[in-house]
Amino acid sequence: MQSNLIPLHQLPIGSFGIIKKLTAQGNTRRRMLDLGFIYNTTIESLRKSPAGDPIAYEIRGTVIALRNEETSNILVETISKQE
Amino acid sequence: MGLTNQSTGTKVLKEMFRVQSESPKDIIVALAGNPNTGKSTVFNNLTGLNQHTGNWPGKTVANAQGKFMHENNTYILVDLPGTYSLLANSVEEQIARDFICFGHPQVTVIVTDATCLERNLNLVLQILEITDKVVVCVNLMDEAKRKKISIDLNHLSELLGVPVVGTTARDGKGLEKLKDIIAKVALGKVRTTPKKIQYDEIIEKAITEIEPYIQNSINDQLNSKWTALRLIDSDNLLLESINNYLDFDLSKDELLNLTLKKTHLELEKEGFKLEDIRDQIVSNIFKTAENITQKVVSSQSKTYHPIDRKIDHILTSRLFGIPIMLALLGFVFWLTIEGANIPSNILANIFLLLEKKLVLFLGWLNTPIWIHDIFILGIYRTLTWVISVMLPPMAIFFPLFTLLEDLGYLPRIAFNLDHFFKKACAHGKQALTMCMGFGCNAAGVISCRIIDSPRERLIAIITNNFVPCNGRFPILISMATLFIASTHDTFNSLLATLSILGVIILSVIITLFISKLLSKTILKGLPSSFTLELPPYRKPQIGKIIIRSIFDRTLFVLGRAVAIAAPAGFIIWLMANVTIGSTSILTHCAQFLDPFSQLLGLDGYIMMAFILGMPANEIVIPILIMSYMSEGTMLELDSLIEMKQLFIANGWTWLTAICTMLFTLNHWPCGTTLWTIKKETQSWKWTWMSFLIPTLTGFVICFIVAQGARLLNLV
Repeated sequence: MQSNLIPLHQLPIGSFGIIKKLTAQGNTRRRMLDLGFIYNTTIESLRKSPAGDPIAYEIRGTVIALRNEETSNILVETISKQE
Repeated sequence: MGLTNQSTGTKVLKEMFRVQSESPKDIIVALAGNPNTGKSTVFNNLTGLNQHTGNWPGKTVANAQGKFMHENNTYILVDLPGTYSLLANSVEEQIARDFICFGHPQVTVIVTDATCLERNLNLVLQILEITDKVVVCVNLMDEAKRKKISIDLNHLSELLGVPVVGTTARDGKGLEKLKDIIAKVALGKVRTTPKKIQYDEIIEKAITEIEPYIQNSINDQLNSKWTALRLIDSDNLLLESINNYLDFDLSKDELLNLTLKKTHLELEKEGFKLEDIRDQIVSNIFKTAENITQKVVSSQSKTYHPIDRKIDHILTSRLFGIPIMLALLGFVFWLTIEGANIPSNILANIFLLLEKKLVLFLGWLNTPIWIHDIFILGIYRTLTWVISVMLPPMAIFFPLFTLLEDLGYLPRIAFNLDHFFKKACAHGKQALTMCMGFGCNAAGVISCRIIDSPRERLIAIITNNFVPCNGRFPILISMATLFIASTHDTFNSLLATLSILGVIILSVIITLFISKLLSKTILKGLPSSFTLELPPYRKPQIGKIIIRSIFDRTLFVLGRAVAIAAPAGFIIWLMANVTIGSTSILTHCAQFLDPFSQLLGLDGYIMMAFILGMPANEIVIPILIMSYMSEGTMLELDSLIEMKQLFIANGWTWLTAICTMLFTLNHWPCGTTLWTIKKETQSWKWTWMSFLIPTLTGFVICFIVAQGARLLNLV
């Protein structure tokens, strides 16, 4: 199953993923947790900024933009549609 | 005995948190909430103009307090920093948590956003673990209705075990009810039974092992279950705070330490490493929030509203995002510069009329002529010049900027530009603080508070002075029109405009370059994690925008500038009028500075004008004219041609004009800005750095340009 996981920034725009693993450490990890980036949370990739990085995501009812450095440490499983 | 002990203890704590209460009967209410929930609107509407702002003791985080009366009781409302959580990952979170734990608020009100209740409940549940006396305020009910989200407030109240009030703070709806409920909770007329989070069995077991050891020592001053959990999570900051506010050191409790170690070992045996514990705790809180949300919220549409989606599609699009942003900001600047001319002239005329009356009045009093000169020609003229030049542009710029802020557009600018700032190792929000700096650098420095990572905030503060403020634009504009435009008659204004645009672009490039240089040298280290919330677009409240931006920004900045301009006017007048030998002190100083200034393509008088213009850059040109004419007082020449002839007569070339423009862009910050930097960083070191870095940059750039031009025989 591991092979199905992709880093969040590779999730195509407009599609949904489920957070399966957080590999960030320390302060970054704690901030991600506070924003609700926890196991089994659904996340939608919304849109890229003009330069392609950061990317805006919707998670738990809020729109949050993250840089690719951060999102490469969030592994998601793609799903076809929101349940 | 217990009573006196406790009351003196509380009094000391109040002082530690700088709570402005006048009587022990005052009821202290803490106001907590996520950022962007309209918490400050609730605060402003409850307290009106009875506000007091300052900083938290020893911190650079703003501390706002206000008062309101309700049924003969005085309530002191303490606005805590907006945070997503209370797990003390940042200074803001630590302040909020410490106040709730140790500031003894009688009630804690948590403002939540009705349009995304789930994430807000994370904070609510964390606070409920600490204290029982909580009122939940579900704000932005109108936005929720517009987005077809309905919330069963009664059911939410049942599930949370504390009172819940729905409000639309911007219209004042529900706030009377909120006051009633706050009063009832404060006076013990409503009983609260807060929902406690059920943790995984293994963590609950660990808590029961630790809790008894804590119960003995903290004596009900803190919730013992919560404290036990924080200790299992190795929260050393809490231990420090307990030591600080309750005056005993839990870390020296050996029995407790032994038990903690044993518990950690047990947890590890079950496969829970220390970092997994935090994950588990946060997951449990979010799961509980999710469950509650599912029971009380029914939504017919998705949370990221389709209309917001469409607006973002245009405003942050690859093709139009940046051009639209440039056009919008350009329009704001154009309106500020063009629109300020007329009121500036009107103000100047009014002050002139007043001056005549003052002269008559002083004559009637028979005051000696030197008092008249110091007072009218020195202080009064400097002061009125600063006011008439600074007030109109600020009164136009700040409300426009606040309008963009209120609409929710500003975070989109940060989103659009973050990539470029990331390359300079800075934060996307620095784009916003720079925009603010175009209005006024002091205001720009204050706005750096929106950057939550300390390193990037410091970069933004130190480099803010590289963007030219309203006070420096007039210098740039007059130089461009006098020396760049008039040599090419056909393209006159176009060329002048282009050169100003060039200067602005140059200032942005220098800012990014210096930011990068700073982060590679004295501020070394990786950029800390970047998160940027893009809140929903909101309907702005025009009336409130005007009032708040005039009071909070315009008058605040003007007040500081006036406080510095008045004594400066006095000193400048003295220097220009007191003579040693046959020349004034001003000329002596200028002659001393001349050799060095020539190296930079300037002359001694220009350098002197910048030094004396430190109180406010608006007075640089007037001082320059004054010293060239050796008139000894500030005046405005009738026409630009006269001004140009005066400059040329004093040896100016186009190179002098270019170097003056470059030096205008890059030199020490004005007095007001430096003072603000000292207040914001609480450090002399960084204040000095903010002085030295732009000054050295200016020296280097002017030297290269001046010497280069001379070497190439361009002049």
